[in-house]
Amino acid sequence: MIVATLAGLLCGLVGTYVVLRGMSYIGHGLSHAIFGGAVASFVMNINFYVGAGVWGFIASLLIGRVARRRVIGADAAIGVVTTASFAIGLALVSRHSGFTRNFDAALFGNILGVTRSDVIVIALVFVLTGALVFLFYRPLLFTTFDPEVAEASGIPTGAVDALFSLVLAATIVSTLRILGVTLVAAALVIPPATARMMTDSFARMLGLSMAIGAVSGAVGMYLSYYLNIASGPAIVLVGASLFVLVFAYTSMRNVSRRPLPV
Amino acid sequence: MVPLITGREGALITATSVECRYGDEVVLSDIDLAISAGDLVGIVGPNGSGKTTLLRALTGALQPTRGAIEWSRGVTVGYVPQVETVNWFFPVTVKEAVLMGRRSDRRVPWASPAEQEEAHALLARMGIDHLASRHIRQLSGGQQQRVFVARALLSRPQVLLLDEPTSGVDIRTRHDLMHLLHELHHEGLAIVFTTHDLNGVAAHLPELICLNRKIIARGSSREVLTPAVLERTYGAPMEVLLHAGLPVVVEAADQYVDEFLEEGEHHQHAS
Repeated sequence: MIVATLAGLLCGLVGTYVVLRGMSYIGHGLSHAIFGGAVASFVMNINFYVGAGVWGFIASLLIGRVARRRVIGADAAIGVVTTASFAIGLALVSRHSGFTRNFDAALFGNILGVTRSDVIVIALVFVLTGALVFLFYRPLLFTTFDPEVAEASGIPTGAVDALFSLVLAATIVSTLRILGVTLVAAALVIPPATARMMTDSFARMLGLSMAIGAVSGAVGMYLSYYLNIASGPAIVLVGASLFVLVFAYTSMRNVSRRPLPV
Repeated sequence: MVPLITGREGALITATSVECRYGDEVVLSDIDLAISAGDLVGIVGPNGSGKTTLLRALTGALQPTRGAIEWSRGVTVGYVPQVETVNWFFPVTVKEAVLMGRRSDRRVPWASPAEQEEAHALLARMGIDHLASRHIRQLSGGQQQRVFVARALLSRPQVLLLDEPTSGVDIRTRHDLMHLLHELHHEGLAIVFTTHDLNGVAAHLPELICLNRKIIARGSSREVLTPAVLERTYGAPMEVLLHAGLPVVVEAADQYVDEFLEEGEHHQHAS
């Protein structure tokens, strides 16, 4: 439960920037790209975190590079780089039968199979990411809100973007074994999207998103134990239920606030 | 009142033989320009003439492909973007938006009491301190413009660059904004901004730059708002009248417009 709560906190924190940068699709794509790295590192007998981490960082930099070609666009760049990377992973799986055992775990996550080193890695990534967001709060916020003016105000936006790519890759790699390829993207997007509906302040959204991520992780684990369902889907379903509740509440509030036609 | 006076002698920003390209397309060339303390300059020119590119180059956000831009030692440049480019759905309150402009090296997310006080003083000066905790989308067009002016001023600039600050606002809001810019200018801030409004804004400024990829002319409004300069800048014939000592630009009679009007009259007679 502690690991799930940590994963929720981390995804809620990083996801706020992902959603506000309009990069929801990159979270989805990058988790698939990193799957390629995970399989490659298994086949080449390299440590999972090193192989998948380097692969993920390169993939996110490549996306940025391809997206800069205006005729292609960011969405197509993400589509090309991440699906190609995912395909490499699938091709390697089909050639090396040894990985099949871990295939389901990589795709859908297996929180009960996490090792002590997985816990240490996710705790480390959370502390480092938290420290970076604390130290670079204003440059990160300014670059996310208005990159052009941030650059004009002397913020090195290129370096901030590269740092964010690194943090995003580290977040996905560290939570991949817990949540799985298909559900990491949901953990990155649902808490901040829910938080956004609850507030118009960036600082409050950041805090709420982390809280929603942590609650989803803890309650999801509890439900998965008592209802005997897989932990990844349980965590995501709790988050999605919170989203639906907040969506319904804010929609009703907006309707009641709307003035009656005269 | 918040102190903004940082006036000094000589050029604050100097552009020498600057050229800017986007890919193969030359957007600006042969730009020689000095912005000095006490300047209040308007940049006019048609769409695509390089006005925004010139402002971005003067902030240092855009590297010229040729030539050089130099800033005198310690000069800070404040930049106010076009409001059309702002992401209005971003979760940010008025106060949060203004505090993005702080320049201190504090390595904590929250602003110091002095920075908070300065932000509130600036918002009070802009007449919007009571809206500090509102979301930026909940403000009127003129108030939104003032939020971004306040953000730029929080960095205590010597030069303030504004991109189309008067576009899409009503006459009253435009008047208030021009009044604010004149006030800041009198306090010693050098101000440069782009505008499409030749009669309502440009004609009232002490200095204008006519731009169309190159600087066509620089001088007082009476010197540069002439039919010859305007035709070279906009590529269309214009007439200039004088009203209360100020130039008033009117579109010259156009053969296509004439034909259109004649056709309309013909239809009216036929029916």
